[in-house]
Amino acid sequence: MTTVELVSPFVLEYAYKRSTGPVIGRFLTALRAGRIEGVRTATGRVLCPPVEYDPETGEDIVDFVEVGPEGTVTTWTWVAEPEPGQPLSEPFAYALVKLDGADTAMLHALKCGKDALVTGMRVRAVFAAERSGMITDLAYFQPADLPAPELVPVPAEHPVTRFKAPVHAEYTVAAGATTAEFLRGILRKELNGRRCPSCDKIYIPPRGSCPLCGVRTSEVVPLAQKGTVTTFSIIRIPFEGQVLEPPYAAAHVLLDGADVPLLHIVGDCDVDDVRMGMRVEAVWVEDLQPTLASVRYFRPIDEPDATYESFKEHV
Amino acid sequence: MALRDVHIAGFAQLPNSHDLDDYDEAEMVQEITERALADAGLRREDVGFTCSGSNDYVMGRPFSFTMAIDGLGAWPPIRESHVEMDGAWAMYEAYVRLQHGDVDVALVYCFGKSSLGSVDKVHTYELDPYSLAPLQVDPHSLAAMQARMLLEQGLITEAELAHIACRARRDGNKNPNAPHSDEADADALLAQPYVREPLRAHDLPTRTDGAACIVLRVGGGGPRIRGIAHIMDQHQPGSRDLTDAVSARQALEAAGGADGVTVAELHAPYTTQVAVLKRAMGLDDEVAINPSGGAIPACTPMVAGLVRIGEAAMAVRHGAPAAIGHATSGSLLQHNLVCVLEAE
Amino acid sequence: MSHERCAVIGIGQTKYSAKRGDVSMPGLLREAAQKALADAGLGWKDIDAVVIGKAPDMFEGVVQPELFLAGALGAVGKPMMRVHTAGSVGGSTAIVASHLVSSGVHKRVLTVAYEKQSESNAMWALSQRFPFQPPVAAGAGGYFAPIIRAYMRRTDAPDHIGMKVVVKDRTNALKNPLAHIHDPEISIEKVRATPMLWDPIRYGETCPSSDGACAMIFSSDGSEVANPAWVLSTAMRSEPMLFPGRDEVSPRAGRDCATSAYKDAGITPADIDCAEIYVPFSWYEPMWLENLHLFENGWRAVDEGKTELDGELPINMSGGVLSSNPIGASGMIRFAEAARQVRGTAEAHQVDGAKIAMGHAYGGGSQFFSMWIVGKERP
Ligand SMILES: [Zn+2]
Repeated sequence: MTTVELVSPFVLEYAYKRSTGPVIGRFLTALRAGRIEGVRTATGRVLCPPVEYDPETGEDIVDFVEVGPEGTVTTWTWVAEPEPGQPLSEPFAYALVKLDGADTAMLHALKCGKDALVTGMRVRAVFAAERSGMITDLAYFQPADLPAPELVPVPAEHPVTRFKAPVHAEYTVAAGATTAEFLRGILRKELNGRRCPSCDKIYIPPRGSCPLCGVRTSEVVPLAQKGTVTTFSIIRIPFEGQVLEPPYAAAHVLLDGADVPLLHIVGDCDVDDVRMGMRVEAVWVEDLQPTLASVRYFRPIDEPDATYESFKEHV
Repeated sequence: MALRDVHIAGFAQLPNSHDLDDYDEAEMVQEITERALADAGLRREDVGFTCSGSNDYVMGRPFSFTMAIDGLGAWPPIRESHVEMDGAWAMYEAYVRLQHGDVDVALVYCFGKSSLGSVDKVHTYELDPYSLAPLQVDPHSLAAMQARMLLEQGLITEAELAHIACRARRDGNKNPNAPHSDEADADALLAQPYVREPLRAHDLPTRTDGAACIVLRVGGGGPRIRGIAHIMDQHQPGSRDLTDAVSARQALEAAGGADGVTVAELHAPYTTQVAVLKRAMGLDDEVAINPSGGAIPACTPMVAGLVRIGEAAMAVRHGAPAAIGHATSGSLLQHNLVCVLEAE
Repeated sequence: MSHERCAVIGIGQTKYSAKRGDVSMPGLLREAAQKALADAGLGWKDIDAVVIGKAPDMFEGVVQPELFLAGALGAVGKPMMRVHTAGSVGGSTAIVASHLVSSGVHKRVLTVAYEKQSESNAMWALSQRFPFQPPVAAGAGGYFAPIIRAYMRRTDAPDHIGMKVVVKDRTNALKNPLAHIHDPEISIEKVRATPMLWDPIRYGETCPSSDGACAMIFSSDGSEVANPAWVLSTAMRSEPMLFPGRDEVSPRAGRDCATSAYKDAGITPADIDCAEIYVPFSWYEPMWLENLHLFENGWRAVDEGKTELDGELPINMSGGVLSSNPIGASGMIRFAEAARQVRGTAEAHQVDGAKIAMGHAYGGGSQFFSMWIVGKERP
């Protein structure tokens, strides 16, 4: 196996818009007002945090019940080094807290000196000064015998129906040996495919495994930088995260000698001139990077169009 | 209707390692499926149904599983399906599919990479999006809250947890498919600081990359599936008894029970969960727990469960009269699958 | 397949719309599931197992959502699974759930497929620039537009065919109160006037982005209701996305899937009274008509009105994906609407006397296909 050098960070993040529905909405509306509500099931159990149903049976819940603001810790752990996004930036505990009046325990942060932590301790909810209708409006619990900060009122707006929920995950992506080999070729302005030992077909970008045969490939085959547009689309729609300015032509370019088309862009011409059968060649960027975007686009060349018959197997 | 007898005809795994950077999805799948089919003495053409398990958030992109079928030689087109779950559930789907009588061989595979990013972070987003995900509760914190309940109720001691860890490391070091762990005696482990009190580093899973494949066959010999079943439990950690795993016990019963079982491969990423599962399933000290080392020395997302079934099958192949392969999903053993295998 | 029988005894769908801001995710699924239970005359306790399906978790930002949805679907103490096979997922989820019954493993199974696209933006989720990948990604339309162009070139289809499909489907949708798009003024001219997004796909020829859920209940003997739909056959086929000589216009996986579904049901395409097929872009109706062996020339069938509600073979009587598209549920809606037709419960968009109907879904780069044939008569 070759050593991989090509590694890139990648962040997946989005602020999701959560609609709450009536039950979660009522719970969050109460939290914003500085109160905690649970729900009662048909069997009489009081659940907090509330859900719209009895999780044991699936039946609808019956009514709402005010619970807390004090409760009892049923278990806990100590977070010595909080991560960004966790409820407190100083060391804190996560705890399960069974609020007075509830039959289930709620998981939340507990702000407390480590030495004072003990299962069974009495705690009280502390509300954030700024509250918008989220679970974090309940900022944390603290020991019940400490003085509670005064509740800062927030304007009573309409009931909570939605909140923003950011999701953020960081990745380190390695190119993989087959792709890394291809991308190192790009740094030398080479477009290298791979041939399947079983069916003899040449793939670009290269595949480590032939999709048709399910066997490993290894033979590297340099390909021409010219090819034929087999089919295409004009992208006219802008969208979040778009790299290129619309309109642009996204095309299937069958490089001479290859058996599968490469998906790329046709540039240096009016998008309305792009057509099936058009002959094109690769145009490289100045500053070569290990990415197929180092081919800036394919541009038309002065060759007669390929006949439809010559490439129809590929569309 | 009587169920058809299904056997585990072949098993293969890529070594669970700290990174499989060189492999893309298709290459992982190409290699494990080729090896598992060779283990079963079968060819790609013999496969009548294919099912896989993987997770887009683990791999960092939507539809990550669609790339993987390039490793299968799926031509002519194949009967194929996918679950966004551990491969053990893909095996469940394949087992059900084989009951229909028209196909006799199923290929089951799964893959996952911890090295791509923070699997721990991804786990926080599987929690209830209204009341839990915004609090970013990491899986170690959840496990630690479960551990405290076990300790304070006298169901386990920290020393016993350290012994479970020692044994998992020792057994893992004998398993060529698990990464090396530093071995130390229990006292040395107990001298280490807490990561999440009351859990220390030795109680936590080692996150790895990997892939695995099982070939199922109706007839033809090899470890026979006595039963395979799975049961879901409640989601909110504060609404169920975290010291028990009721759903694991129910799944074991539904899978035919533990009669004659001498080996159990339990998908328990934390030492505490080895103890919870062992007690919940009523496994006594005669049953060898996790001879492969289990999921503590090698915990590959979406793979560790299917590997447990594969390891249980290997135990039966090597002489155990019956063995349990267990898989779990979600936090704190919320969803449990049990496959009971027996010699013919 | 020789197996135990499986009957559809309950069907429930939410109202589909761009944004179901009035419900949570559990609320959305429960709306469909509770309607299906009521339709079957059953309660949560009567269900043995639950199978859910949806498209990528990134659409809602919840990882493995079966975990948090278990209680909402009465699945605690029961088996529960989550299927994900790209765009075909709604269909394959129904198939996986029906197999739990037809295998003899369970007696009654609930299946729910959903998407709450308004929680995020599908174009964002589908166009993320993953490292080391070429930068031309432009959502599903960007992928399918060149293939549609290839179909037009291959068959010399006139430009208006795609617009005609839209007018038919959205006219049908006016008879379906659950449909997302209700446009009483729909016309060829109106579609033609919409902007080109991914040439040759106009805005007016694309599916909407919807919130919604669809649920079904399967039973082994159908005795719970007077009018079950019987599952006559199920079929799934997959092929790789890109390989030399691949026919992307009419993929072999789709043709094989259809052949298998007809053979196992013991029918020929001529026996089908109506079909719900997965048409996210208008041109996919004629393309699939040919791929599924329903018409030799798909665009002529459209042009001659053969696929209209009162035509020779009505297609997408509910309004189809072009009128409602909660991605992960879209395939299951096709399957459920086929079952409604043979149960005689399709209300204003009922095809008179429908006895055999087909549901179809596809996904990925036209690689993953799922189909079923349902019938009024017990097989
Ligand atoms: Zn080949």
